[in-house]
Amino acid sequence: MNGNKENNMNYNVNEKGYYGEFGGAYIPEMLYPNVEELRQNYLKVMAEPEFQKEFNQLLKDYVGRPSPLYFAKRLSEKYNTKIYLKREDLNHTGAHKINNTIGQILMAKRLGKHRIIAETGAGQHGVATATVCALMGLECIVYMGEIDIKRQAPNVARMKMLGATVIPALSGSRTLKDATNEAIRDWINNPVDTHYIIGSAIGPHPYPDMVTKFQSIISEEIKWQLKEHEGRENPDYLVACIGGGSNAAGTYYHFLHENDVNIIAVEAAGLGVDSGESAATSVLGKEGIIHGCKTLLMQTNDGQITEPYSISAGLDYPGVGPMHAHLCKTGRAEFMAITDDEAMKAGLELCKLEGIIPAIESSHALAIFEQKSFKSDDVVVVSLSGRGDKDLENYIEYFKI
Amino acid sequence: MNRINQKLQEDKKLLSIYFTAGYPSINDTATIIEDLEKNGVDMIEIGLPFSDPLADGPTIQASSTQALKNGMTTEVLFEQLKDIRQSVNIPLIIMGYFNPMFQYGVEAFCKKCQEIGIDGLIIPDLPVDVYHEKYQTIFEKYGLINVFLITPQTSDERIRYIDSISNGFIYMVSSASTTGAKVGFEKEQTQYFERIGNMNLKNSQIVGFGISNNQTFTQATEYAKGAIIGSAFVKHVTNEGINSIDKFVKSILN
Repeated sequence: MNGNKENNMNYNVNEKGYYGEFGGAYIPEMLYPNVEELRQNYLKVMAEPEFQKEFNQLLKDYVGRPSPLYFAKRLSEKYNTKIYLKREDLNHTGAHKINNTIGQILMAKRLGKHRIIAETGAGQHGVATATVCALMGLECIVYMGEIDIKRQAPNVARMKMLGATVIPALSGSRTLKDATNEAIRDWINNPVDTHYIIGSAIGPHPYPDMVTKFQSIISEEIKWQLKEHEGRENPDYLVACIGGGSNAAGTYYHFLHENDVNIIAVEAAGLGVDSGESAATSVLGKEGIIHGCKTLLMQTNDGQITEPYSISAGLDYPGVGPMHAHLCKTGRAEFMAITDDEAMKAGLELCKLEGIIPAIESSHALAIFEQKSFKSDDVVVVSLSGRGDKDLENYIEYFKI
Repeated sequence: MNRINQKLQEDKKLLSIYFTAGYPSINDTATIIEDLEKNGVDMIEIGLPFSDPLADGPTIQASSTQALKNGMTTEVLFEQLKDIRQSVNIPLIIMGYFNPMFQYGVEAFCKKCQEIGIDGLIIPDLPVDVYHEKYQTIFEKYGLINVFLITPQTSDERIRYIDSISNGFIYMVSSASTTGAKVGFEKEQTQYFERIGNMNLKNSQIVGFGISNNQTFTQATEYAKGAIIGSAFVKHVTNEGINSIDKFVKSILN
């Protein structure tokens, strides 16, 4: 499937902040000083031994890393292939999101910022941000769409318990896209003391690269863990669900230039790619600008950004990160679309076969086994990006449990 | 000579007004422009509405959302402006976010602007370096002036760079904020106006954000060539409709 791929293609960001033609920093001048400060410092700070030490220590002692790479025996038997699950669901706060917020809070401290803002959809990134702010004793403001606040009451309560202020985004469709707009507006209005912790591999350069690098711990661990299990570092397939794409970016990162590793990105088809209620950006999106970067996004012919739909709040975003747009355009990654129904079934199946309740986001990645066959000796690593506790109400309602 | 450059040579402080095209009603565009000119406004920014206006506060956001609901699109706006030069002589600038222009095709957009008699563009989320590298020759081919923003946080070095690439005026954002966030100026702002005024830039500066009445207009133009009013005007048409534009303009200029 990747036969026509150029071996020397670069999938990482270039010095100007682009992945191929995607990325960059399409921001109003009001944001320039903040973004530029970050751009000039992020690599330098991340390379400091003290930073590395503190980051790794917190990932180990606080997050609980390394997260296991678990051979899912019964699931493997059912689909007659070798399936490993990268258990990001076992992290503190229940998802991969904390890897990035730990990294960014340490970055913010080194840049002398004492006020933290974030956007959140389902609330996972908001909880992960509120958590690290409590850990570091920093003020935390989380923007969340008014509709999402109603849909995700437990996570709103968690954020409040952790000391964060949750501000409803009342503009537009009052969901993740608008929460992101509000966070950006807050940053414009607070240009000196504030750091914006973006939760996905989106936004103006250097965010997609910085978030990807903080999340790349996922693929770093997969390499040595798979070596222990299988005697080789590279799986045949890597599978991750993708909304903005931070867990996918972290899962792929150290394998991007390993040409024997096939990469599968799983988008949310919602009610079906052609139903008008979907979040399958690689199919429905066109090149454009969203939240400060050039990427693939869902929009009208007139360039107005449209509302996506997915049962999973974490995949309900009208764009993908610029790295993923590049992986899609170059054919490096195979993009698949999974409907609500397919994802919910796959989620329930994992409960029954492995005793793991996955987040609905992660269930999308698991659903590909019904669509695509693998050889019996293929090693397929699936990123289980989060646990399903937050989705219980959705599962209950869907399956009439 | 471009109408903007001509206007900047006039020996007076300039009042520029922003409005959102398609708001309050879809067909108000030409009427608003004609009324603003008739009442002595020097320059107009026609806002092309966008679904996700990152640099705008609640007032302009709400007007944009309504304008889109009313059916405003790039095509519709161009159609409404087709004959505008038969009745209007002052400089007209289209202000909008980059994605709708990008989807229309940057060259096609610029060409259309020239046909209509648009004099310049303000695109807050088109970065200076991308413009310089990819689009400057296209803008210049169609005689369009691109206007860049600076803020109190913009470094002197970057202001000089922006000045070197500009060929009309520099849009001086009065404070680090979204539109309509602050009303009036504090010492910090007036010091910033003075600092920029003393840089002897080749381009004139026009101040925007935070201007809503005669007092703030006077303060803003003490060191700058002119001032832009956006949110306050949008609020005015929200509250009073489009029949008392004269009243609004008079309240600023007198």
